[in-house]
Amino acid sequence: MAEPLLRLESLSKSFGQVTVAKDLALSLDPGEALGIVGPNGAGKTSLFAMISGDLRPDAGTVWLDGRDVTGVPPHARTRAGIGRTYQVPRPFTHLSVFENVLVCAHQGAGLHGKQAWSQAMDVLERTGLADLANTAAGRLTLLQRKRLEVARALGTGPRLLLLDEVAGGLTEPEVAELVEVIRRLHAEGLGIVWIEHVVHALVKTVARMICLAGGDVVADGEPVAVLADAKVRELYLGAGPETGLTDEEGS
Amino acid sequence: MTLSHLLSERAAAAVDVRRAARTSKVSGGVLLALVVLLAALPYVVFSDVTDTLVNFFVLVALAGMWNLLAGFGGLVSVGQQAFIGIGAYSVIALADLGVQPYLAVPLAALTCVVFAVPTSWLAFRLRGDYFAVGTWVIAEVYRLLVVRIDALGGASGKGLSGLSGLDPALRGALTYWVALTLTLATVGGCYLLLRGRVGLSLMAVRDEETAASAAGIDVTRAKRIVYLVSAAGCGAAGGVITVSSLSVNPDAIFNVQWSAYMIFIVVIGGIGFIEGPLIGAVVFFALQQLLADFGSWYLVILGVVGIAAARWLPGGLWGLVRDRTGLSLFPVGYHVRTGDVR
Repeated sequence: MAEPLLRLESLSKSFGQVTVAKDLALSLDPGEALGIVGPNGAGKTSLFAMISGDLRPDAGTVWLDGRDVTGVPPHARTRAGIGRTYQVPRPFTHLSVFENVLVCAHQGAGLHGKQAWSQAMDVLERTGLADLANTAAGRLTLLQRKRLEVARALGTGPRLLLLDEVAGGLTEPEVAELVEVIRRLHAEGLGIVWIEHVVHALVKTVARMICLAGGDVVADGEPVAVLADAKVRELYLGAGPETGLTDEEGS
Repeated sequence: MTLSHLLSERAAAAVDVRRAARTSKVSGGVLLALVVLLAALPYVVFSDVTDTLVNFFVLVALAGMWNLLAGFGGLVSVGQQAFIGIGAYSVIALADLGVQPYLAVPLAALTCVVFAVPTSWLAFRLRGDYFAVGTWVIAEVYRLLVVRIDALGGASGKGLSGLSGLDPALRGALTYWVALTLTLATVGGCYLLLRGRVGLSLMAVRDEETAASAAGIDVTRAKRIVYLVSAAGCGAAGGVITVSSLSVNPDAIFNVQWSAYMIFIVVIGGIGFIEGPLIGAVVFFALQQLLADFGSWYLVILGVVGIAAARWLPGGLWGLVRDRTGLSLFPVGYHVRTGDVR
């Protein structure tokens, strides 16, 4: 059997009384797309921080392509193939949109000269930002900033893409466009882990979903089955997340 | 979808990237003319003017180095006088060993890099406010070490040997040119550094450190590069101060006032842009000359101006100019030119 792209082994992390990961185990095959849902404070964003290296787990191991990267700093994990977005966009505000992605192509993907330029421009085309290439990132709207997060992650040439609530706050047509972009990336063989409250966007994109709560996986499987799970429905105040609407779940 | 994919491939093939902004050809010419004018100055003005300008050049170089450190590396240091001092004493020591003092100035920059490497191991363990205070403490430690060395004159300082044989007029002109070269080297060095791959990384680190590491940038390495370059520049500036004053005093050269000057100039000029320290140094120097007769009021007024700039002009004077006109004297950015991109 092929080596999993990402494997988390008994990952634990707590901040004082608050546990964000409790003996958490998870595995992702190359090219697999995984959705993560869960109430606020379930440890979703902390999980990403531990995968990308921004946060060190108290215990446990992070494996990328069979390599132990637990002690590897964030920039080296990016170079090893993990591209991530931030829930609250963090653009390089004084750089242009093109430069924002170019620096990722330089440093994350290790590209030089014209190759880096065309990778950056290609990514901007895919994410619908090409017309804004020369605009300072600080002048972008929320939607554009969210797209820039995806664009920068793609600019690093990842094999594993971590998306943290990139659909939150977008209108219905915008979500549909974004879903199309991500489906296409997945079709090209990119491994994707996507945290999202806009559940219907996830259902259209991923073949597998997990629900996190209290730093642990409470359900894992086919999206519709996970959403129908009694424990998951209970977490969402007994009502169950609406799969056809854009409600902000779990607040 | 197929259509947009085709479009994306065509656009990627046609990508045309330019490095210069519109204004830069004109500004390049103006800057060149200014440099030629400044270089010719010892032939046309009295030496008191060029002596004053030496101080100005030193301030421009120092402020440029602090701007690189704090504006791009996020390293707010109040201890760069450590390297000014080490640079100054390097020139004294090298001159004692028989090295021509003017040639000792670039060597002083190297000495400072040698000292800056272990210093960075220590200082980089500290963050934010602690880094600032820590660098000041390190500078004091260097001063205390230097005054214990009798060969360097101890607490009373030491005179510079090796320049006494020169005609004062020639010496003044040479010192002026060395100081001008220092300024051109620091400004030009910053420009070349920021224009390259490293520079784009540094600007990303300046804007958003966490996102910079997610982009694949080794943030600590970027900061160390900036720290070493800044140490070299400050060391050379210390060397120029020594060849200009012909002696060194440990309390004056390791004085925290240097850091205060650098911070003041960069804050009023505009942090994070090459042009900032240039414009800031002009303003600071003008204030210094105008207020020279007002005694301690001079410092009070400087303080008020500094606070006002920090409070109402977060981008400094250059930030104001830049926002109003879009002007860039030292374009370090990229400009994409494709059919439908403005």
